[in-house]
Order: sequence, then structure tokens, then C-alpha cells
Amino acid sequence: MTAAAIAADVRAGRRTAESIVEDALGLVAARDGDVHAFLHVDTEGAIAAARAVDARVARGEEPGPLAGVPLALKDNLCTRGIPTTCGSRILEGWRPPYTATAVERLLACGAVPLGKTNLDEFAMGSSTENSAFGPTRNPRNPARVPGGSSGGSAAAVAAGFAPIALGTDTGGSIRQPAALCGVVGVKPTYGAVSRYGLIAFASSLDQIGPFATNVADAAAVLEAMAGPDPRDSTSWPEPFAPLDVRADVSGLRVGVVRELMGEGIAADVAARAAEAADALSAAGAKVDEVSVPGARYALSAYYLIAPAEASSNLARYDGVRYGLRVERDDITTTYGATRAAGFGAEVKRRIMLGTYALSAGYYDAYYGQAQRARTLLIRDFAAAYERFDVLLTPTTPTTAFELGARTADPLSMYLSDVCTVPSNLAGHPAMTVPFGTGADGLPIGVQVLAPALGERVMFRVAATLEEVAPR
Amino acid sequence: MAVPISRDDVAHVARLARLDVTDEELDRFTAQLAAVLEYASDVASLDTAGVPPTAHPLELLNVLREDVPVASLDRDEVLAAAPAVVDGRFRVPKILGEAP
Repeated sequence: MTAAAIAADVRAGRRTAESIVEDALGLVAARDGDVHAFLHVDTEGAIAAARAVDARVARGEEPGPLAGVPLALKDNLCTRGIPTTCGSRILEGWRPPYTATAVERLLACGAVPLGKTNLDEFAMGSSTENSAFGPTRNPRNPARVPGGSSGGSAAAVAAGFAPIALGTDTGGSIRQPAALCGVVGVKPTYGAVSRYGLIAFASSLDQIGPFATNVADAAAVLEAMAGPDPRDSTSWPEPFAPLDVRADVSGLRVGVVRELMGEGIAADVAARAAEAADALSAAGAKVDEVSVPGARYALSAYYLIAPAEASSNLARYDGVRYGLRVERDDITTTYGATRAAGFGAEVKRRIMLGTYALSAGYYDAYYGQAQRARTLLIRDFAAAYERFDVLLTPTTPTTAFELGARTADPLSMYLSDVCTVPSNLAGHPAMTVPFGTGADGLPIGVQVLAPALGERVMFRVAATLEEVAPR
Repeated sequence: MAVPISRDDVAHVARLARLDVTDEELDRFTAQLAAVLEYASDVASLDTAGVPPTAHPLELLNVLREDVPVASLDRDEVLAAAPAVVDGRFRVPKILGEAP
């Protein structure tokens, strides 16, 4: 069932939120042993929240647009009193003293969190294999990864555990797993959704966004949580404009990004993106090819900027205020031992890469040059958006790969993000819509990109792609 | 940017980042970081003369809230998450006299 159908039933009193949530929890109990989408299932909390929704309905109060809809939350979103690990041993057992704004807003709309989902440690990864608590498997094929870093949330929606989920996207961590699991995933404009209560990875890139089985549900979740928040000084100060999910692209100008259709993109994936472009053309859009030269080096810039910001953000895990402490004779040796024991290999690699990129003698050549490349990419996008309303690319270079296939070679894993990182560097919105399958029968996603705060037109294109996608 | 990262460089940044690493990790991380930095060398070849850096996608300046006191987090709840606490404060190992 879609989130919209569940909320309609609960609001009309045809079904109770409690029965919906009990069914969802039953499915998780029966099947999540194979998928491992969840790190923590909050059975008691979910039942209590569902009963509270039912009580509002019984009293004739407004229960909210997401009344009784089961929700899965990526485990880097703080939930007061409920374990929040970031997939890391360093935060194992931590219970946050506050709840993320995005989560609070969905609770106020009647959504019912089932629990916390698996992720690559501190959201660093593209397969969910970097979780300290074991990998998640792709519900479409358990030998394959679900993508990452929000692989648990993508898998929870693909497996039918919850119709909606929240993830976070720093370089593609919502869109890439959504594509590999065959669901819809949205990275909103930077600042559209408050980051308060999101455990920071790379603060100039991180953004919270929804997963859903369909475009309209994703829009409903985004509308419910977007908007200014005084607790996040980087949240966009104007109210978030209502979305439009009419499948109408007549007269819209769609640019297919040349740099992301050839080298490095699997033939079956590129073919689906080309098919999507043709379908938009048939639906009345004006489709043409466009060059975004900065897309070629965006991945390099990203893998200097994101680790640099991470190396600073993760300095807070020092064994003093929360999380793991490996106590030694003095504070300095305690820091070193705590961080060595608490962080996994990928987090250590990124901290060292970022520290190197920021260190004396290398700062300008690496971090400074990457920041200037970021400016050039933003200029390339601006030029493209003078001629086009939205851009179209594949979401990922390949379909879901096998577990273990890329873990020994970090660079091969990083290449999974080549189509998605440009939007994060620019702060622009982008979303993926399932569009058929590849030669291996696994899902392929097509990505729609828009300029900052261009979600309204982006969702119209996504709704059209959803309507014309091969079944 | 052409100079590859050395094992000593990796040991140096690990110290800066307060991250104990084993000899085996140093070998592995040196090779892996070198591969990533070599891949990223295309950024070095860009002509960026006169191009300003972008640190952040939003240009918001002086974001202030009303100067009104609001409740902060509950102290006991916050301290309950700490590894060690004494008299309502975080307890840490000795901070003076340690190696730099």
C-alpha cells in the first residue's frame, strides 16, 4: 500500500494505525533476518505512536497527512532516547538527548517510526558494507548490495517493511541506493530540510531526504519536513513551496548530460536513460543533449572536499562526552586509542585523506583547488540551466553489484557516486525514479536534476517518468 | 600534487587526527590513499586562475535569532551518555604533562 492510501484509511477510520503498524512490525520480524535493513526496531515506541494517532482520530482531531504511515529512519538521525549509532562502534549504545527536526515534523504529521536503519559507518560508503554491524542485502537479490550509504532505508522500502523512509545524501547516499533497490529517492536543495539532529558527515553537502515507492509519497514526505528551522542556521529562510506531481512536461526543456552517458556508464544503464529521454520527448518535452564539463572532475573534487569536512566534523568523537572511551594514562593517548578502536577502516581512510588535504603544504593544492573546481562546476550548471529547465542522467553507473566486489578497492567504490556528486557540490536538488531493469534483471534508476529550489518542476518530470517507465 | 603520498605522510596525518594506526594499516592506507589522490589529480590540472573558491552552496550571511533565552538540553540526560562523570561534569584522564 502507498503512504497516501494508508493515511486515507486511517484518517477515515477504515483502519487503525495500530493494525497497520502491527502488520509492518510482523513483516520486519519475519523477513528482516534475511535483509538486515534495521539496526534497531522500536516495537514499543511504534505501537505507542500508532495508538496516539488512533486516539486523535477517535477524538475527531486532525491526525496529520501521514497518519499511521510506517516510517524507517536512517540511524544517523537523532531520536531522543532511542539508540543512534551511525553504524559505528564509537556510538554503540548512545541514546541522543534530542530528536532531529525532520523526524519531529514527520511525527507531527502522524507518521510512525518503526526503528533505525543500517548505513555505511557515518554515511561513508556506497554499499552499506561499511556498517560496523554487518551489511544489508538488496531485497531484489540477496547476493547484491542495496547501495549506500542509506542502504537500510532503501531496502526497508523495497522490501515493503515501510512505505516511506528517511535517508541522508552527501554524495548520492539516497539516490544511489534508491536506484539499486528500485525505489524513488530524493535529495532536496541544500537547506530545504533542516539538518538539526543529523549527525554531520560533510556539512556543506549533507541533506536529509525521502525514500518512497512512488513519486507522490516522496513529495508528501518532503513537504512535511521541509522549511526553515531556527535550530539550523543553514536552512533556507523562506517557506518551502508546495510540490506539483502532475505528470505534465509539455514545453519543458530537458537536457541530457553528455558527460554522464558514455565512458564509465554501463551500456544497459545508459540505454535506459536514453529511453527515458525519448519518453519525455514523446510526452511533450523538448529534449536535447547538453555538456556540463565540470561533471568530469566533480568526483575528484568531492573526494577531497567531503573527507576534509569529515575530518573536522569527526574530531568530536574523542571519548569524552558520549560514546566509546578506551582509557589510557592521559587524554592524548586516550583520544588515539578510542578513535582507533571505535572507527572502521573507511572512516579512518577518509579522516586521513581529509586531514592530508587540509594539512600545511597541501591545503591549496588539494582542498583549495577542489573548492575552485566546485565554483567551475556551479558555473557550468548555471550555463546549462539558461537553456534547460531540468537535466537528465543515469543515477548510477551500474546496477547493484555483488557483496564484497568493491570492498578491497576503495576507489572502485567511490566511482559508484560519479552521477550523483555534482548535485551535492552545487547544492541543487536531484531525484531518482525507477526506470526498468538491466541485463541482469536488476533495477535501474534515472536521475532528474534541477537548479536550487527547483523541486516543483523536478517532481513533474519525475511523475512523468514514473508514468511511462517500463513495467 | 605530483608527489605521491608517503608512508611517513600517512603516519603524520594519523597523528594530527589523533588516530592510532598499526604498521599493517599504514602500509594498506598509504597504497589506498595514493590511488585516490592519483585519481583526484585531474582537479590539479584545471585552470583555476582567478576562480574564487566555494566553501558552501548557500550564501546566507548573519543568520541570527531573537535574543531570547530558551531551555538547553537537560544536564542529567546529557551526562548520562558520557563515559565518565564526576560531580555533574565530564571526567577525563589527565591533560597536563602528556606527550605533544
